[in-house]
Amino acid sequence: MDKTINITLKVWRQRGPKEAGKFETYKLNNVSTDSSFLEMLDILNEQLVNEDKEPVVFDNDCREGICGMCSLYINGHPHGPDSEITTCQLHMRRFKDGDTITIEPWRSAGFPVIRDLMVDRTAYDKIIQAGGYISVNAGGAQDANAIPIPKRDADLAMDAASCIGCGACVAACKNGSAMLFVSAKVSQLALLPQGKVEAARRAKAMLAKMDELGFGNCTNTGACEAECPKGVSITNIARLNREFISAKLKD
Amino acid sequence: MWLKDSSIGRKLLMSISGLFLVLFLTFHLSMNVVAIFSEEGYNMICEFLGANWYAVVGTLVLVAGFLLHIAYAFYLTFQNRKARGNDRYAVTARPKGVAWASQNMLVLGIIVVLGLALHAYQFWAKMQLVELQHMAGAEVCTKYAADGVYYMKEYFTNPIFLVLYLVWFGALWFHLTHGFWSAIQTIGWNNLVWLKRWKAISNVYATIICAGFAVVALWFAFVA
Ligand code: HEM
Ligand code: SF4
Ligand code: FES
Repeated sequence: MDKTINITLKVWRQRGPKEAGKFETYKLNNVSTDSSFLEMLDILNEQLVNEDKEPVVFDNDCREGICGMCSLYINGHPHGPDSEITTCQLHMRRFKDGDTITIEPWRSAGFPVIRDLMVDRTAYDKIIQAGGYISVNAGGAQDANAIPIPKRDADLAMDAASCIGCGACVAACKNGSAMLFVSAKVSQLALLPQGKVEAARRAKAMLAKMDELGFGNCTNTGACEAECPKGVSITNIARLNREFISAKLKD
Repeated sequence: MWLKDSSIGRKLLMSISGLFLVLFLTFHLSMNVVAIFSEEGYNMICEFLGANWYAVVGTLVLVAGFLLHIAYAFYLTFQNRKARGNDRYAVTARPKGVAWASQNMLVLGIIVVLGLALHAYQFWAKMQLVELQHMAGAEVCTKYAADGVYYMKEYFTNPIFLVLYLVWFGALWFHLTHGFWSAIQTIGWNNLVWLKRWKAISNVYATIICAGFAVVALWFAFVA
């Protein structure tokens, strides 16, 4: 049975990085509650194109919660009102008939708006490039069991590695801090023997890049963890602090 | 120097100075509680500290701790607002699990500073400062300079001051419920098990400290 709802959308429209933006209001009728949030935006864009208007620009790619592209701030929450899902996994059944839905881009100096709801998240790539790698000997791969790893460490590393680099942590943070992301990327390697070799260098380099790019100082409000679609824990931030402080003390 | 040039370094300065202030509060409270049990005992402590060299050195270190904490509080908040950018969200919601105090640490801190100014004016300026002036040869009345109980009775029986002090302790409570575990997290002493424990310890500790100060004030307002 197909249920439909009528909704009002308030969408942030901004033609370019340097131009002033403003909200536009659109009415959308007969939206199936089975459609996903991004499908709803596709319908909106179809309606806009049919009216000879510019469609709304928004980032998306995989539409299954793994690429981290769908950066929308919906009704005061990055990735919308549900917890531990991305925008593309949000469905219209979460909304009621007659609802007004406000959609904004990530707002942070580190993520400038490119157009409408699309922001420039290359800052995250630069942080990764600064140290988010390990060095391995070329040649035949060694046996996987040659390096024993405690189950607990493996689990924690996998949890940290579930970060998809979406940027919701920065978007949610009142300090515009990228610590949850950086700590996840540092932790997933620091917890494993293969990542230990460059651990000190990595923590220093990635943090220095994060600071250089103008992200804020973490005050442990925990908004990042609450809004993270992958539930990455702020205990990773404690680990990053440990790694960084002990690396500096050893210098 | 990484302590001031990196975000974690700056946070570490906040954290260490904050923990130092927490330590001071603990010391200060244990002193105040004595006044409930023995007014003479309390005045003996006032006398013992007075303007002795160790009390003066202690005061200077304390002031330095406060100045560092406050200066970095404003500096970090300024940097963080810049990192946030000029465009604000039209709709905001505080996510579940985010404490109100954690998002209002500067405001709470400012209330704490205002309370501190009143407190320094009412007690420090009439006690240690008077003794220092006396030692420097100035003509001051030192009759009550080591009589902390006199001032406590004088101020806390005034309902306006009593309420101001209680508001002050309330702000401090909020500041500490977040500040204490946040400082531990900043140092890096945290994991999935201890995160919840530290938060609980923060709440208990903040409550002991602030309720303790409040009880002493109320005691002198209504009982003594
Ligand atoms: C007795 C007085 C005070 C005590 C015991 C205290 C304690 C603390 C502690 C333990 C922290 C956590 C540090 C960290 O997260 O690394 C903190 C943070 C903070 N304090 Fe204070 N503080 C006091 C007074 C003040 C004052 C006077 C101000 C400002 C005018 C202030 C502003 C802040 C700010 C903005 C933070 C940052 C929030 C955070 O990092 O969690 N504090 N304080
Ligand atoms: S830590 Fe969570 S919110 Fe931050 S980038 Fe990774 S997945 Fe997104
Ligand atoms: S579009 Fe890939 S995570 Fe949403």
